[in-house]
Order: sequence, then structure tokens, then C-alpha cells
Amino acid sequence: MEHYLSLFIRSIFIENLALAFFLGMCTFLAVSKKVNAAFGLGVAVIVVQAITVPVNNFLYTYVLADGALAWAGLPDVNLSFLGLLTYIGVIAAMVQILEMVLDKYIPVLYNALGVFLPLITVNCAILGGSLFMVERHYNFAESVVFGAGSGVGWALAITALAGIREKLKYSDVPEGLQGLGITFIIVGLMSLGFMSFGGIDL
Amino acid sequence: MKALELLTKPIFRNNPIALQILGICSALAVTSNLRVTLVMCVALTVVAGLSNFFVSIVRNHAPDNIRIIIQMTIIASLVIVVDETLKAVAYDISKQLSVFVGLIITNCIILGRTEAFALKNPPWPSFLDGIGNGLGYSVLLIGLATIRELFGSGTLLGYNIMPLAADGGWYVPNGMLLLPPSAFFLIGLFIWALRTWDKAQVEAPDFKIKSNTKPSGADYVPLTR
Repeated sequence: MEHYLSLFIRSIFIENLALAFFLGMCTFLAVSKKVNAAFGLGVAVIVVQAITVPVNNFLYTYVLADGALAWAGLPDVNLSFLGLLTYIGVIAAMVQILEMVLDKYIPVLYNALGVFLPLITVNCAILGGSLFMVERHYNFAESVVFGAGSGVGWALAITALAGIREKLKYSDVPEGLQGLGITFIIVGLMSLGFMSFGGIDL
Repeated sequence: MKALELLTKPIFRNNPIALQILGICSALAVTSNLRVTLVMCVALTVVAGLSNFFVSIVRNHAPDNIRIIIQMTIIASLVIVVDETLKAVAYDISKQLSVFVGLIITNCIILGRTEAFALKNPPWPSFLDGIGNGLGYSVLLIGLATIRELFGSGTLLGYNIMPLAADGGWYVPNGMLLLPPSAFFLIGLFIWALRTWDKAQVEAPDFKIKSNTKPSGADYVPLTR
């Protein structure tokens, strides 16, 4: 239990996908102008991440990894080179399914998430989560925790940045730094702040 | 002339990273070491050029409503080829790049260019546009990596340029440049420099503070929108 809690905290703060690994930066910078929109996108990322990472883990363990097809009588088959294609396929399919399910059963949430759901397919944070899961050899339970944790971390980062940017528009920024430039510098400062979690070892 | 323009315009005037905010995800994480960065740039330029080329070939045969899936499949297949090649030829570097080669799939430069350019243009110009955008990405990344490696660890491509104080030399390395946040600062400053040079790229501010407006009865307007 302690192991999972430690993994959860680590994936939120210390190994924050946005601020330590720069994943999902394009959306991170583009959709962080308003807190509401940023929060909506953050929730969508948490949901998708918590579903796709475990599903990809399942597929990797039972279909793609070296010798994983032993249960089907094919112990010599190694399909791991198909990994990238599989993960992106799973992500695209999951986002599509999630969109339909939400539309049918939870229209409130569907309307709140709006255009952000389809955007998530091309969010590097999602694919990055699955790739890290494979690279670090997480088991199924760990991948659930890591998926949820990294999603929460990303959501936290984008909401915080949106909060800062909402205040920032009242400040007097030098001309050339206006907009994108100053945003980069703020993200740098935030990333510096999140690094202070680095020494924590649970 | 047109071919040259396709190739060179994305490098400075329409740089994919600094102006279109595309493909930043991997731009930052791989730049603490010049050798790794060069490999990443070559990989991305190859994928950008070829994916534009292939998407452009199938553009008249692919139904519009499944075009994203087609593009994704083409890109993912190319990335798998690049990834496997790297693992075979330069295993150490592919280990250092870890997940970032795979992340070329979701690199917005690639999908952005196939979507915005390759779907509307013949194969050859599309190929050049892909290469041009790859080069625009590379210029920025190589610049970043040079600064970060030179001042962060006193070396370039692993060769000692400035002898470190720890080894009896004179240069005290700036450790922060090896950490993630420095990449953000450097890109921010780069954008500032680029926009000072090319004023047309400056974004208009949402609000502007008036200089000391005096409150005077009903006419008092604190801020202009």
C-alpha cells in the first residue's frame, strides 16, 4: 500500500509530466488562458490517462511483450515493435468511446469537456504516460496508480498556470515578450518550484 | 525559387516552435546534450518530410472523415521504422532519448503539417515543407542544446571546450542549465529576441494600463479595455 501511495505522490509532484518531462506542452500553453477551460481539460486528461495506461499495460503484458503470447501457444513471438502503433490506436479508440459514453449517459460532463476530449488524442502526455509505463516495467496495479497520478499532476500544473496567466494579463510585459514569451518564462519558474519536491522520498 | 522558399521560410519567419507553438513537448527534454539533440533532429526531420510525402500521395484517395486515422497510421509506422533503426545503429543514444522518439508520433509539428499542408499540395512540395519545418525545429533545438551543454557542463558533443574548475580548469559550470527549467527560460528569451527582430510576430496585449489617469467625478475610467 505504501509503495502505491509513494508512486502516486511521485507521479504527481516529483515526476510531473508537464513540468519535469515537458509532455503535453502544446495544449499546456494553448489552453491555459482561462482557469475554467484549463480545469476542464485537466479533468479530461485525468480520466483518459487513468483508463489508457492500464489498458495499454494489459495489452503489453498479454499480447505485445516478448513471449507474451505464450497463453495462445506462441511463446516465440515478440510483437513489441508494434507497441507505438498499438498505444496510439488504443488512445484514439478510448477517447472516441469515452466521448460516446459520456454523450449518452453523463451529458453534463460531456458538455463541460466539450472540444477538449478529441484534442486529447494528440496530447503527448497521454502517449508519454503509456510509454513510461512500458519503459519502467510497471505491473497492472502500478500502472493504474501511475495513470491516475500523472493525470492529476498534469491537471494541477495546467490549472495553476491558467491561474497565473489570468492575473498576468494586467501586468506590464515588455513588447516582444508579450504572450508566448512570458508564458515560457513563467512555466520555467513553475518547473523550478516543482523541482523543490525532488528531495522528498516516501 | 518556390522550392527554396518552402524550405527556408519555416526556419526563421515561420518557425514551428517559436511562432506556431508546435512540437514543444520534445523540444525541451532532449536538449541538455548536443549529441542526443542532433539525433533527435535528424529523426524528426526525416519523419516530417516522409510523412508529408506519403500523406500527400494518398490525399486524393483517403475519405475525409477518417483522414486523421490514416495520417496517424502513416506517422506511427514511420516512427517505428526510425525507432528500430536507432535501436540497431545507436543503442546508447536511443536509450537516452527514451520515450521521446516514440513521442514524435504526437509531435504537433508532424500532424500539423500533414493536416495543414500535405492534404492540399502535391507530394514534392509537401516533402520540402516537411523537411523545412523539421529544419526549423532543428535550428532552435541545436541552438538550445549548444548553450545548455557548453555552459552547463563545459563540453560540446562530449569534447571538453572549457576545462571545469572541478578538474583543475577555470570554468565553474552553471548546473541549472542542465535542469529542465532552463530550457523554458532559454526558449522564452529566444522568442523575445526573434520578436524584437521581426515586429510582425508580436502579440497584442489583452489589456493595457493607462499611465496615471486622474480620478475626476463621473468621467473616471480606471482601466481601458
